[in-house]
Amino acid sequence: MTSVSGEEGNFEIKLVQHPRYIDMEKCIACGVCAEKCPKKVTDEYDAGLGKRKAAYVKYAQAVPLKYAIDEKNCIYFKNGKCKACEKFCPADAVMFEDQPKELTIHAGAVLIAPGCSVYDPGVYDTYGYKKSPNIVTSLEFERILAATGPFSGHLLRPSDHKEPQKIAWIQCVGSRDMHPGSQPFCSAVCCTYAVKEAIIAKEHQKGELDTAIFYIDLRTHGKDFERYYNRAREAGVRFVKSKISTILPDGDTDNLLIAYTDETGRRIEETFDIVVLSVGFSPSKDALDLAQKLDLELDQYQLAVTSSFEPVQTSKPGVFVCGTFESPKDIPQSVIEASASAAMAESVLAASRGTMIQTKEAPAEIDVRGAAPRTGVFVCNCGTNIGGFLDVPAVVEYAKTLPNVVYADDNLFSCSQDTQEQITQIIKEQNLNRVVVAACSPRTHEPLFQETVLNAGINKYLFEMANIRNQCSWVHSDHKDDATAKAKDLVRMAASKASLLEPLAEPEIAMNQSALVVGGGLAGITAARNLARQGYRAYLVEKNDILGGQALNLYETWQGEDVQKHLAGLIQDIESDPNIDILTGTQVKRVEGFVGNFQTVVDTAGKEQVIEHGVAIIATGAQELKPDEYLYGEDPRVLTGLELDRKFIDDDPGLNEINSAVFIQCVGSRIKERPYCSKVCCTHSVKSALKLKETKPEMNVFIIYRDMRTYGLREELYREARAKGIVFIRYDVDKDLTVAKDQKGINLRCTSYVLQREIEIRPDLLVLATAMVAPAENPLAQLFKVPVNDDGFFVEAHVKLQPIDFSTKGVFVCGLAHAPKPVDEAVAQGLGAASRAATLLSKEKVLGNAIVSNIEAQLCRGCQLCLQACPYQAISFFEDRVACEVNQAVCTGCGSCAVACPTGAASILHFDDQEVLTMVEAAFN
Amino acid sequence: MSTDKTGSVMVVGGGIAGMQSALDLADSGFYVYLVERSSSIGGVMAQLDKTFPTNDCSM
Repeated sequence: MTSVSGEEGNFEIKLVQHPRYIDMEKCIACGVCAEKCPKKVTDEYDAGLGKRKAAYVKYAQAVPLKYAIDEKNCIYFKNGKCKACEKFCPADAVMFEDQPKELTIHAGAVLIAPGCSVYDPGVYDTYGYKKSPNIVTSLEFERILAATGPFSGHLLRPSDHKEPQKIAWIQCVGSRDMHPGSQPFCSAVCCTYAVKEAIIAKEHQKGELDTAIFYIDLRTHGKDFERYYNRAREAGVRFVKSKISTILPDGDTDNLLIAYTDETGRRIEETFDIVVLSVGFSPSKDALDLAQKLDLELDQYQLAVTSSFEPVQTSKPGVFVCGTFESPKDIPQSVIEASASAAMAESVLAASRGTMIQTKEAPAEIDVRGAAPRTGVFVCNCGTNIGGFLDVPAVVEYAKTLPNVVYADDNLFSCSQDTQEQITQIIKEQNLNRVVVAACSPRTHEPLFQETVLNAGINKYLFEMANIRNQCSWVHSDHKDDATAKAKDLVRMAASKASLLEPLAEPEIAMNQSALVVGGGLAGITAARNLARQGYRAYLVEKNDILGGQALNLYETWQGEDVQKHLAGLIQDIESDPNIDILTGTQVKRVEGFVGNFQTVVDTAGKEQVIEHGVAIIATGAQELKPDEYLYGEDPRVLTGLELDRKFIDDDPGLNEINSAVFIQCVGSRIKERPYCSKVCCTHSVKSALKLKETKPEMNVFIIYRDMRTYGLREELYREARAKGIVFIRYDVDKDLTVAKDQKGINLRCTSYVLQREIEIRPDLLVLATAMVAPAENPLAQLFKVPVNDDGFFVEAHVKLQPIDFSTKGVFVCGLAHAPKPVDEAVAQGLGAASRAATLLSKEKVLGNAIVSNIEAQLCRGCQLCLQACPYQAISFFEDRVACEVNQAVCTGCGSCAVACPTGAASILHFDDQEVLTMVEAAFN
Repeated sequence: MSTDKTGSVMVVGGGIAGMQSALDLADSGFYVYLVERSSSIGGVMAQLDKTFPTNDCSM
């Protein structure tokens, strides 16, 4: 981007498109240019560990899959001679005369997601990163583990390509560090990715692998991350709380000697084969340049300034930010913010929705009914993921011998864009009417290949997938012959089913363009408010008599914003919005229908009414645990974190009387019954401790903790708290922490890790940072048929890529109902839910499920066993015909009716008895 | 429909966040310009081997 002018609603942006020197229209991604190019260049994609050519594609699955010539390294651009790529390109796609193109575009809003750089440990080189090839960054280690990486997925150490016996991870490299070049903030992702890398490294190594993670505080604060950490400990990953002194080469070996000081002050030395530096985020130059051109305000870290209540709004109207340029964060939170920033843009531009879109024309479907099956089988190598562990050419040759198979071939990556185009072409040339891809999981890739066959005019239900990776090459990696035989079996089964496949149609469902939002806390209010601003009707249902949820109990956000003031403003906003119907004191009783057409019965003080809506957002929240330990409820000096907030909100004069306060962290969290981290409590306690100090500077304030999880930019608060004299005591969880009462007051005893001895404190105020807990009963889960996890929080469709959606179409989740989270993240997810909902609400009709139950009228005798078995009330009985019938719009295709049916009348389309049994037969043939 | 605001959005950055924004916007009726500096989209996530806490393939 070179410049931007205009304002929210109408920006004019000038861009320069850099020359690629390859004609995108002509390039067929055959790779000949790269093969013939004589110039080797360090490969950025492999984090510098491998080489690529000056004519290159970033990686095999790159989108667009078109090669490019790297002008800085190309010999022709340096010397005026070579042009080997041009000479050998079979598509005549190389164009050295390519020039930068200036483009001008008009946009109503600008979303920036420029990301961050990864910290470069070579600049100040504290750890000798540049001196030993066996000291690698965590990103380099990702590449070492990857099948597409420099060692084809074999865990080898760079210096001698030997299998390592011992690997160490050093946490907080370039993060939580005040030294020049490093970042004072916590990068928020490194602890969990180190846990991941250690687990995966152990899985890679056939023999024993010793893994040790050297850390300051282990911050696995995200949803289900604590369980992951526990799993790693059970798998034998060592976690060493320590300070690293030096990392030096160990004599003439390529090993590395780590000298460190453990928590008790002991100096220890240990040798490792590989040392991984868990590097954090750094602001990127490109992002700063972009921010400058957009005239955005940046914070002290050179990241975009936002606020807790408007977490994706930059300082400039019409410009929104998401991802790590806002603050360090992981993938799910980036995805949530991505949707949140889309929601903001959608509300600003609501009146212009649909004015510039183009619709894609699908090719006419070829009628294959009655035609003999002509099946094509495409076997994927998945780089080396499949090809490295079983004999793919043998599977191809075998496939050619199967009934109805008229074509078979293999692909390096079947999911790459060029292969998609090739498959489409082959379907047309070979007149295929059934397609089998033997590759990975249909869960992730079936929609992609269905689109591919659709582009060739073939109904997408004439496609079948065999999973020869996850269920074959990966699990039988030591037995090539057996794996090959099993792959043949799986292909034979898929091909047998393919012959029987019939085309199916997806029913069109009219969309009721209104939303039901259940839960009137911050997330729900935010979602309803944004949807209303996008022009959709929202029904906001709250079971309590007032709106606000947990936010009513909060004093300030971690950034110091007044929660009550903002909340009151938001409530005022939605109360005056004609697009929002607020129903307080109301509970959801029954839910019928499906995406596009829900009918929900709600009860307000004994009076029922039906709300018709197209989508639903669940924002039912969570609560602070009221503990039954540490004298809570027995002594008025013992409070929970929120009860202390209440005193702050009320400006309680009693706080001035306190001389000594103690916070106990992880009360009810990270324990056997509740093995998750409640995420907000560390920051909340630090914030409250600072407030106490501010109220009365001479007060002694202690925080007794396990790991301080002031993640991301919240680290600043932790630093401030230590500077202001708040005492942090890491206690030994395996030893007793007791709170008793005597004549002199409260008596707290615990064992300090650092001192290795028991300490005693007598506070006037004891604050328990208790867990965030989901409601014990969650009838909405049943009503909307959406799952909850062992901890009672709702389970999203995909932890990384669909953190707001449910698997049930048209139902979304946000706020504490999803997982413990602070105000800014709840607001972001509320906005995100509005955006996800708008992808449906913006349409007049949506396509329903084609894989549904079908009851053959002639075979049905009206016994109604299917009706009883159906969990979705999708089946009705007709007395006049003495037969049952399926409402296919409600049916989810679960198959319960087909199992219950004694006559075989009920079956699931695409998975009927014949289609399934032929696979079973083929398996044993 | 006549309107004085432009019904398109520019998204700068083709990593996971930029891609998700672009998808949401396009799926709800806005034309999207997805602007990426390098030769393909995907960002840092495409460099990762697996993702926590499910160990799913990052690609």
